Amino acid sequence: MPDQVLFAAEVMLNGLMAGVLYSLVALGFVLIFKASGIFNYAQGVMALFAALTLVGIMDGQVPFSHLINAIFGTNIHHFGWHTPALLAIILTIMVMVLFAWLVQRFIFRHLVNQEPIILFMATIGLAYFLEGVGDLMWGSDIKKLDVGIPKGMNETIESITHGAFGYGFFIDNLDIFATFVAVILVAILVCFSQYTKQGRALRAVADDHQAALSVGISLSYIWILVWSIAGFVALVAGTIWGAKSGVQFSLSLIALKALPVLMLGGFTSIPGAIIGGLIIGVGEKLFEFLVGPWIGGATENWFAYVLALLFLVFRPQGLFGEKIIERV
Amino acid sequence: MSNGSEGNFVTTDGRNIGGVMMEMKNITLRFGGVVALENISFNILEGEVRAIIGPNGAGKSSMLNVISGFYIPQEGEVIFQGSPRPSLKPFEVAHQGIARTFQNIALFEGMSVLDNVMTGRLTKMKTGIFSQMIWAGKAEREEIENREAVEKIIDFLEIQAIRKTPVSRLPYGLKKRVELARALAAEPNLLLLDEPMAGMNVEEKQDMSRFILDVNSEFGTTIALIEHDMGVVMDLSDRVVVMDYGRKIGDGTPDEVRNNQEVIDAYLGVSHD
Ligand SMILES: Nc1ncnc2c1ncn2[C@@H]1O[C@H](COP(=O)(O)OP(=O)(O)O)[C@@H](O)[C@H]1O
Ligand SMILES: [Mg+2]
Repeated sequence: MPDQVLFAAEVMLNGLMAGVLYSLVALGFVLIFKASGIFNYAQGVMALFAALTLVGIMDGQVPFSHLINAIFGTNIHHFGWHTPALLAIILTIMVMVLFAWLVQRFIFRHLVNQEPIILFMATIGLAYFLEGVGDLMWGSDIKKLDVGIPKGMNETIESITHGAFGYGFFIDNLDIFATFVAVILVAILVCFSQYTKQGRALRAVADDHQAALSVGISLSYIWILVWSIAGFVALVAGTIWGAKSGVQFSLSLIALKALPVLMLGGFTSIPGAIIGGLIIGVGEKLFEFLVGPWIGGATENWFAYVLALLFLVFRPQGLFGEKIIERV
Repeated sequence: MSNGSEGNFVTTDGRNIGGVMMEMKNITLRFGGVVALENISFNILEGEVRAIIGPNGAGKSSMLNVISGFYIPQEGEVIFQGSPRPSLKPFEVAHQGIARTFQNIALFEGMSVLDNVMTGRLTKMKTGIFSQMIWAGKAEREEIENREAVEKIIDFLEIQAIRKTPVSRLPYGLKKRVELARALAAEPNLLLLDEPMAGMNVEEKQDMSRFILDVNSEFGTTIALIEHDMGVVMDLSDRVVVMDYGRKIGDGTPDEVRNNQEVIDAYLGVSHD
């Protein structure tokens, strides 16, 4: 087999794995958008905040230590213990649920029936606020996140592909793990929405608020629920990304990669978010590999947006989005 | 039976009418300058079919929206099953056993007929979010019980053939019927129907009338319904409230109302739309 084809195949596989992360972030957007019509600009910052909280709890960091020290003249930074990863994850989930409740209670409860643009602006405010809270709570230094996810080249894949094609594929264990986790997460979400009472209520709210109210569904309960789930999805995405490249501000920028994914997949489609993420992941890696060298590289910065623009022009509802029909 | 009757009797066709289930006292509802309801009082008796009629814009839907918690009146009191009701959110009203349909049909268009009717059971489901994940068996049993209840209603309303059809593909008349099925799935004490027969052809209207009467006589469900068409109302209802321009202009049995001069004027003289 020619080397170029093998390289391309390896690039594609790696793209697929990168795409999984885009899919996860996009999924968080879709969940909230479907249930409440809010385009949550803060999704990326939520991933950052969740990862920061996870690291902070694991390392036994004292939250708001700078603030506390400044006020009381103390000098505390750590509790002096380390929290086991699983316990820390559970505590972080609880923090994200609390966050969901606060967001509903103090922001969106007061913005019922407002224009989508107002809701969007509120989430921009929320994003910057949360970023500040994250800094204040856990400090702004780059943190290493180690929750025990395996890292480094997968030997088995390398040796198998080497035996088969005479060329060993380099696939990172972390990426394989991430894919595995994402698949499980999506499976759980699908089961939840199809087979539980809350899932049915969530779909009902996503479909028609008035009808949902009439069958006894509390909208604010469902909104807290989706923000919690989106917070959980953000935690998963933030943990994987954080384990890969450290927990730092740039993590919140993965949200920017989720935008083209949404344009591709449609803002209301869960399968769309998943497939869209994978297409963008594979597309940008493959494009960089094939076309990058001819035009000076760095195509990964813009490829996703150009692809999304093409989609906007030719299929504005996205891959799986509901057809936009003008009502007259 | 006379106007303002306090109930507790058996109808000529053998149904039991009980005491006052719901009492609306001096309800006033305004939208800016528009007075949608002006100092309206009437009651609904256990087990009766109560109709609200009147020309377009009279305030009928507004009245139903007050009962179901969608609108909060500026003045007045709602007394439900003997005690004054605080101003509840619509979903809380649903949990009190009051189900409704909408004038402009509010179904979950993206779901199948079966799923739509299943949402009607949400108030009946007790298993919490975590126990559902941990004790899947209990949740499953609950799901099966609810499915059985829903299948009965689907049979009752003769929509077996479209159980799996996405609601968005159904014609208007069938949508109205599915919406009734969803409301019935909640096994309500009080069923509110906003123009259940509007936009239907004669045959569909006859079917719907039959279903409404059957629901009332077989399940003993109290029904308050809005209807535009005087003729239909006369056949269906035990007592009628007549509204015009946000005011109540008549209240009594169909016969009493039909012979009320103010009602005749409202219906003959004017069309407000
Ligand atoms: N949500 C609302 N906002 C403003 N005005 C309303 C609203 N709902 C009803 N109205 C007004 O209240 C009056 C009564 O309307 P409605 O209750 O729908 O009448 P009906 O159902 O008898 O046709 C109308 O003048 C209508 O415009
Ligand atoms: Mg109306």
